[in-house]
Amino acid sequence: MHSDDYLTDIGIVNSMPKIDKVLIIACGALAREIIDLIKINNWHHMDLTCLPAKYHLYPEKITTAVELAVKKHISNYKNIFIAYADCGTGGLLEKKCNELGVKMIKGPHCYSFFEGNDKFTQNAEDEISAFYLTDFLVNQFDAFVWKPMGLDKHPELIDVYFGNYTKLVYQAQTKNNQLEQKAYEISKKMNLPLERRYTGYGDLETALSLA
Amino acid sequence: MSDEQDIILADLSDEELTLQMHDDLYDGMKEEIEESVNILLGRGWMPYDVLTKALVEGMRIVGIDFRDGILFVPEVLLAANAMKGGMAILKPLLAETGAPRLGNMLIGTVKGDIHDIGKNLVTMMMEGAGFEVKDLGINNPVENYVQELEDGEYDILGMSALLTTTMPYMKVVIDTMVEKGMRDDYVVLVGGAPLNEEFGKAIGADAYCRDAAVAVETAKEFMAKKHNQLSM
Repeated sequence: MHSDDYLTDIGIVNSMPKIDKVLIIACGALAREIIDLIKINNWHHMDLTCLPAKYHLYPEKITTAVELAVKKHISNYKNIFIAYADCGTGGLLEKKCNELGVKMIKGPHCYSFFEGNDKFTQNAEDEISAFYLTDFLVNQFDAFVWKPMGLDKHPELIDVYFGNYTKLVYQAQTKNNQLEQKAYEISKKMNLPLERRYTGYGDLETALSLA
Repeated sequence: MSDEQDIILADLSDEELTLQMHDDLYDGMKEEIEESVNILLGRGWMPYDVLTKALVEGMRIVGIDFRDGILFVPEVLLAANAMKGGMAILKPLLAETGAPRLGNMLIGTVKGDIHDIGKNLVTMMMEGAGFEVKDLGINNPVENYVQELEDGEYDILGMSALLTTTMPYMKVVIDTMVEKGMRDDYVVLVGGAPLNEEFGKAIGADAYCRDAAVAVETAKEFMAKKHNQLSM
């Protein structure tokens, strides 16, 4: 199993093309969940390759990176599925996927499909001031949130970033006491009350089952 | 641009102090900026000159380095915070001394969205450039924009959104303005991380602005065009 640090910077490189298989090109932040789902569901027809999870911080890089990955692998696989939602690309990823003839996960981002896109949309108005974390983001909070925002060096910026938020929602994909404790510590750091929700894999499992 | 040596700001010449202020803005040193603003005012500088030659020019350098990937959001926020300190001193004086006004802008983050970092930067940079800006804050339904546009005298409407889910609301606002026959009375500028030029065109905005510096330049261009049209 790759470490979160590895998934953050490198992703997963799949070097075993299988013409009868489906290749999942995923955000590195979803790698653990997808590997779990492949195991749980015995999806032996699936291979996984991941792009660096840190693109989460630079969504403008996602569309091009996905396009390159699709072009690299498309001739080697029966089918390709993109395990990204819109993820801040402003519709550009969907447009590119349509051009390339590959499908992707519906919804604006992982917080939505883990919760279930329909439910997330229903609750959207009541939750506009919620800051979401997933298992991956709880585990990688410093690398993905705290340090890139400069809060390790300038904690005085905390209100500039989070002043309009009223709660921290931890969407747990797994039941893990260590992550729960970490989420609690993060909520203290952010001065936000914590709400923990066990979502499991939500629409991610449904989307992959159709891939 | 940090300098390890202690510098006595009051001992610097005007030119040296102005350059030092550019450095201090770059390094996000709010107290030093406030002190320098007061020193220049004490030397008889016009508030507008302090604003443009020291603060705006300093932020222009910050904006260039942000665009070029040399500075990142945290550093820009610290610089903005330092400029805010200087602006707070200058703002009341600018009105008193008849500083030139380029136009009036209404700005706000759209309904469903609480993100305001970009909007606040645009507000500050627009004010620095000589625009009067009314900030509606966050999570604004269309009624807020329309009411304020009707009540006030604005040249420009600026809308901001950070989320893919909230950016389509900008079209709701623009469509409502069209329905009410008021769309062509304003320049509509839009911005926010997931937006792009194509989206701006598709929803009927006049321009998409990728950052605060571009917003200022775009607003100036539109105001110049408007001025030219009026003088023809």
